[in-house]
Amino acid sequence: MNERVNVASHAAPAPLRAPLPIPYGMLAELTHRCPLMCPYCSNPVELDRRNAELDTATWLRVFEEAAKLGVLQVHLSGGEPTARRDLEEMIRHCVKVGLYTNLITAGVGVTPERLQAISDAGIDHVQLSFQGATPEVTDHVSNFKGAHERKLAVAREVRRLGLPLTINSVVHRANIHQIPDFLELALSLGARRIEIAHAQYYGWALRNRGALMPTREQVFKALDVVEEARVRLKGVLTIDAVVPDYYAKYPKACMNGWGRQSLNVTPSGKVLPCHAAEMIPSLDFWNVREHSLAEIWQASPAFNAFRGTDWMPDLCRSCERKEIDWGGCRCQAMAIAGDAAATDPACHKSPLHAHLLALAEADAAADVAEYDYRRFSTPDRAQ
Amino acid sequence: MTAETTSTRLPANGVPKLARGVRLRHDEARGQWVLLAPERVLQPDPVAVEILKRVDGERTIEAIIDDLILAFSVERGRVAADVDAFLAGLAEKGMVEVSS
Ligand code: SF4
Ligand code: SF4
Repeated sequence: MNERVNVASHAAPAPLRAPLPIPYGMLAELTHRCPLMCPYCSNPVELDRRNAELDTATWLRVFEEAAKLGVLQVHLSGGEPTARRDLEEMIRHCVKVGLYTNLITAGVGVTPERLQAISDAGIDHVQLSFQGATPEVTDHVSNFKGAHERKLAVAREVRRLGLPLTINSVVHRANIHQIPDFLELALSLGARRIEIAHAQYYGWALRNRGALMPTREQVFKALDVVEEARVRLKGVLTIDAVVPDYYAKYPKACMNGWGRQSLNVTPSGKVLPCHAAEMIPSLDFWNVREHSLAEIWQASPAFNAFRGTDWMPDLCRSCERKEIDWGGCRCQAMAIAGDAAATDPACHKSPLHAHLLALAEADAAADVAEYDYRRFSTPDRAQ
Repeated sequence: MTAETTSTRLPANGVPKLARGVRLRHDEARGQWVLLAPERVLQPDPVAVEILKRVDGERTIEAIIDDLILAFSVERGRVAADVDAFLAGLAEKGMVEVSS
């Protein structure tokens, strides 16, 4: 899932040397198993196998620790979270310890009976991904014939159960022209919220950049369409957008600051400051099998590596936007500058900004046709 | 319609309840009340919290107003206007449903 934790717009910016922030949201990646094969999947290129997944008891403990730590909302994601047969038990436990539960599903293989059970367990909100606004595009991008029809059925069932529904769409070259259709789709399905997330180029998406990258014209047109729709659909449909940063002037405020508002637990129990963080080789991630969540949040080297503003290069530390965008994205700095502590090259002040733009333009022009679809590594390559 | 009710948007005998997917809870870690909704964490002000605590799917808007007057000995006109404006705003966002 291309997930972004969108919380607490009212939270005050933390002053320098502030007491440790308290996280609002936790992304629980329950499994990497998924019937779909999206070429921009935010899961790492090396996927965790089923036998590496945390067991039920450990997840229940993690949820309890999260609630104690101050987490308010849990995002049950994957892979496909419904691939875990113990999902309902986890939801019930989250409800019991006071956590707000959000299911992030691709909707393929989810029967009406299963949805009923998930609803009865107390799920608060369902986010359903659509890889395209039409069957042809959804089925092609997810590499699953009939995926679109199944998603439509799940969406109707979610609404029939009275659950709030968000449509998640990740946009790139193959569907960026469909934004108006995505909006129509959301409205026709009774969703009150839609996420329009431009693909973010880490992991699988980085691998597929030549096949995904839209042109600058496409991106700016898409931004206009969204802005116009925001005004027109105010009070009817909330539109949350993840902006395309390759063509931007300023970087995104990635995670609203590293180790500041949210954390991410992988299927095998590693705790990451953001879902892509494993691409930074120097980081040492702690695991919930060995540490409590509070210990990890407070003391793990990975969380402290880029917390606050002390780690910043001079360019950012002396900038008035340092507590607005927090220097941008560490994973993008890693991917493009080869240094996770560099200013995000998406920032126009970065010496690598022109290089990033050239990369994007070259990829958009290359117009690669084939996807390298997301999949588990072949058995002989897996340890 | 009487003069007092023309400015209100919700019926006094309507029963408000939080929509599915919207929850009010006390957040111990930060020492505050929060209203949780899809991908949103709202921090209601003290007046809003007192109203929300009484939105239980049983009390009518009128009963909520009566209760607030009793609890805080405040003037009816102001409370009624506050409650109406606040709940109508949430109803518009789909966070509160009002049945009569
Ligand atoms: S393959 Fe697609 S549906 Fe499955 S987890 Fe990745 S992005 Fe989500
Ligand atoms: S220099 Fe750093 S802090 Fe300033 S806008 Fe660029 S990325 Fe943000």
